[in-house]
Amino acid sequence: MSRIEGVLKSLKAQGRKALIPYITAGDPHPDQTVDLMHTLVAAGADIIELGVPFSDPMADGPVIQLACERALVHGTSLRQVVAMVKTFREKDDKTPIVLMGYLNPMEAMGYEQFADTAKAAGVDGILTVDLPPEEADEVAPLFTERDLDAIFLLAPTTTDDRIRSISQHSSGYVYYVSFKGVTGSGKIDIDEVASKVAHIHELTALPVGVGFGIRDAETAAAVGRVSDGVIVGSVLVDTIARNQSDPDQLKRALTDLLRPMREALDNLAS
Amino acid sequence: MKLTEEMLSGFPDARGHFGAYGGRFVSETLFDSLMTLEKEYKRLKNDPDFQASFDKDLAHYVGRPSPLYLAERLTRETGGAQIWLKREDLNHTGAHKVNNTIGQALLASFLGKKRIIAETGAGQHGVATATVCARLGLECHVFMGAEDVQRQSLNVYRMKLLGATVHAVQSGTKTLKDAMNDAMRDWVANVDDTFYIIGTVAGPHPYPLLVRDFQSVIGRETRQQCLSQAGKLPDALVACVGGGSNAIGMFYPFLTDESVQMYGVEAGGLGIETGQHAAPLSAGRPGVLHGNRTYLMEDENGQIASTHSVSAGLDYPGVGPEHSWLKDIGRAHYVSVTDDEALDGFRKLTRVEGIMPALETAHAVAYAIKLAATMDKDQVVVINVSGRGDKDIQTIAKLDGIEM
Ligand SMILES: Cc1ncc(COP(=O)(O)O)c(C=O)c1O
Repeated sequence: MSRIEGVLKSLKAQGRKALIPYITAGDPHPDQTVDLMHTLVAAGADIIELGVPFSDPMADGPVIQLACERALVHGTSLRQVVAMVKTFREKDDKTPIVLMGYLNPMEAMGYEQFADTAKAAGVDGILTVDLPPEEADEVAPLFTERDLDAIFLLAPTTTDDRIRSISQHSSGYVYYVSFKGVTGSGKIDIDEVASKVAHIHELTALPVGVGFGIRDAETAAAVGRVSDGVIVGSVLVDTIARNQSDPDQLKRALTDLLRPMREALDNLAS
Repeated sequence: MKLTEEMLSGFPDARGHFGAYGGRFVSETLFDSLMTLEKEYKRLKNDPDFQASFDKDLAHYVGRPSPLYLAERLTRETGGAQIWLKREDLNHTGAHKVNNTIGQALLASFLGKKRIIAETGAGQHGVATATVCARLGLECHVFMGAEDVQRQSLNVYRMKLLGATVHAVQSGTKTLKDAMNDAMRDWVANVDDTFYIIGTVAGPHPYPLLVRDFQSVIGRETRQQCLSQAGKLPDALVACVGGGSNAIGMFYPFLTDESVQMYGVEAGGLGIETGQHAAPLSAGRPGVLHGNRTYLMEDENGQIASTHSVSAGLDYPGVGPEHSWLKDIGRAHYVSVTDDEALDGFRKLTRVEGIMPALETAHAVAYAIKLAATMDKDQVVVINVSGRGDKDIQTIAKLDGIEM
């Protein structure tokens, strides 16, 4: 059983929902990322989605675009991101790490080499925003052979046939994008998400994480009620941007943001 | 490799691949729209009503066929092969771009989409899009890098006069690639009511296919005109390559004519060796950007490199996937000329033929002059004059130290 599957199974057994924060690796500085990852875990993260910065993040709004720019100013490369995970694993061998990014840095590194080093570093899953399963027949087997979970996106526009086939290509969980738009942009419609996620649950046995538009304890609880986990991104990245000059204050601010979400999610169980 | 019609029909394949290139590398939200677009386009491609509307608009609105003109004085001065000019600069709005926007706007109408978005570099595609939107009464949003808004201010104002909203894109390098990023972002958010008119043969499948089909009118006309006016097929075709739409439009109908050599001319900027250029086929390597796999300019970590060209329309780190395939199989040659050579080409054609080419086109002119000089007098070189230079007069004046 993969680390991701293990964590999600045990949460489910306890009737709890996964809290999955996203931050961009290298933002505000590569030296801070591992520390911030431990901060996220201490504040209640079950899984971390670690963003790999890319020069042209087409699916992201301004908040994550700027995070990529801050990370790239310091030359944060995919190799370095993988090395950060390795360092993180020295102190934490429980929290699953999903690398989330765009295809080109992986292609430039070489898929086989990337899969090998990611596995060796303790990465658990790969989510590539611009790689639909239709284009993944070369890459996905390299991940599966190494027990790296391939996590694919589902969107409000995804047809039933595709929900089935994408789920078949996925392991760990599927990531449902809650609205049509880039990260950090729109407003989540809880009723719509609830009915779509219920429908996805009918078509696949995989856990469903929901991301985009979760900003606070209230939205986290509302989405947690209808899904298996919530992914929180732009609001954290925005917090990093606003506190980039003070590392200690930054850790406090991230903690203050995540803790209430954790509590709100755990209150659903009781 | 000798290409046959039958082989060509398999490119792109069902998934939009040209050999190792092309494809549909997009976020999930857009996937269904691309499938629908592909399905509808395949249906409409063989629909006589659709084709008749397209042909009628090309004839009466764009002013086709565009002439094939023998540049006698340029030929004499060059002292080699005959140089013929395919006059896309004479199209309505002044460039080849309108062939494609007519086609895609027609598709949008058939699909019932009322809101149009487009990216633009030099502004020619933006103007061509704003033009067809004005004519069809469609809402039009054009994304343009903030740097290009500066250097192509004339076209920005043209788009505004035509009723379009121009969005100056401040992210990244503030040029064409960033405009395309923001157009994609807008599309994701408005996918239900919006049609994205991509301006070149790049982007996810089926865009490289449909833009190529719409632009192929250039090569089809050239082939007929050359046979009747020069009495033979051309020996060489020369076209500039930004994303590659005017080049593929010229090349495609000749791909099975083995004797016809093809030269795509990329922007060499300050020189390939300086790294300050926009020549992915000459100096890049395969990667994935903007929905397709193709040759790209990138650093060793897979980050897209910033580009440089005196011409905004060539200032793009990628290129259409079909060109990447044609390069690999050796069917077309890809070369580059520098900013300075292109500027010389601009001045030469202006002074010797009284035809002022766009700075993009000037790259093709500069290379064609070099090429023709090495060829025999009975040979024929055709330059695709993709656009006229009015939009570039401010840039040229500035280089000449003149304030306008
Ligand atoms: C006149 C002209 N030629 C060429 C180009 C380059 O585009 P493509 O390579 O798609 O023909 C442009 C783009 O703006 C243009 O305006």
